[in-house]
Amino acid sequence: MALVKYNNNSISSVTALGSLPAGGLNLITTNTITSGVSSSSFTSNIDSTYDTYLFKFINIHGATDGSEFTVNFRDGSSAFDATKTTTAVYYYHSENDSEAGGSYKTDGDLAQGTGYQRLMDGSTSGADNDQSLCGDLFLFSPSSDTFVKHFIAKTNSAMSWDATGNYFVAGYCNVTAAIDGVDFKFTSGDIESGVIKMYGLSKS
Amino acid sequence: MSIIKLNNRAVKDATAVGSITGLGNLKFISRSTASSSSSLSITSGIDSTYKEYIFFFNNIHPATDNVVFSFNGSDDSSSHSYNITKTTTFFDAYHSESDSETGLSYKSSYDLAQSTDYQPLTYQVSNDNDACVSGFLHLFEPSSSVFVKNFIARTSGNNEDNHAQDDSVGGYFNTTAPITALDFKFSSGNIDSGTVDMYGVL
Repeated sequence: MALVKYNNNSISSVTALGSLPAGGLNLITTNTITSGVSSSSFTSNIDSTYDTYLFKFINIHGATDGSEFTVNFRDGSSAFDATKTTTAVYYYHSENDSEAGGSYKTDGDLAQGTGYQRLMDGSTSGADNDQSLCGDLFLFSPSSDTFVKHFIAKTNSAMSWDATGNYFVAGYCNVTAAIDGVDFKFTSGDIESGVIKMYGLSKS
Repeated sequence: MSIIKLNNRAVKDATAVGSITGLGNLKFISRSTASSSSSLSITSGIDSTYKEYIFFFNNIHPATDNVVFSFNGSDDSSSHSYNITKTTTFFDAYHSESDSETGLSYKSSYDLAQSTDYQPLTYQVSNDNDACVSGFLHLFEPSSSVFVKNFIARTSGNNEDNHAQDDSVGGYFNTTAPITALDFKFSSGNIDSGTVDMYGVL
């Protein structure tokens, strides 16, 4: 029998793989930002296909020093303005070891607010060439018409004051309408570069 | 045309796989769905196949107001009893919808010190029609016969006082026996509805 060697060319056309198990983490959309944009929106494919959606932020770099990376949700109209109640906790440590600590951030949470939710402490994300923010956000059952929509986020950022910042946000869109869009932006200035990936977690 | 059998030797050098979607680093294993259930038990699929398991809670809704959502483990091979010794931490952040209350604190009333009790994942859960708990629990190498079994959990819930509540739990089953099953329940009353999805981390 002749020996046949398969290479990337032959494999790259495959569209199904017999009995290989399917994965549970399904990449839906990748927003790659290579030049300044005011925001990065996900306005399709947030539906009942999945019960848990995961957004990953990879090296989000702001154009403006000391701006905050934020998120908001769309609940039926074209606006990203779902009512939210949230918590915010922040820990930090400076590169020169002179400052470290953490606390609840009353200026970072929302109480039935429709504004954008901070994903990092106020006026602190760094815009030096090598500074960026990474993290993730889970959104649960966005298509439910019965329950509020919980979300849980954690980010880490190189800060404008040369420190690491670790930020924890959780809360809910206090609406029973479906959430069908998510928008990310800085409070001031563009997102200069970065990647945001949206995944769905298989439910069967 | 000759028949060509593609074997692992041929495929193992490939670095790209066409347009297949769905491959990921999580493997869906099972879904447990509550319907006025006293508890949700996961009694199969927790073994040596994966080094890490993740359980996602989606819209867990209690029948009774002001209850604790909690879990326990079993090391039995069948007829599971949920009574593994645990030492844990618990802290939470909360914020009221009225903006009148916020806080971040360690909760000594919800941690465990070598206790076989159920471990709270969140507390004072509301049973308002639109209220629920969602979140996740990581369980590391449950099949180990050498180490304790560490776990990390985080939930977002509706507190019965109309608070957003972000609860974090860490700890370990203080046993070298393999953990074979988990059980989730409220401190009082049924789980009216909700799902727990179990994944293995590839």
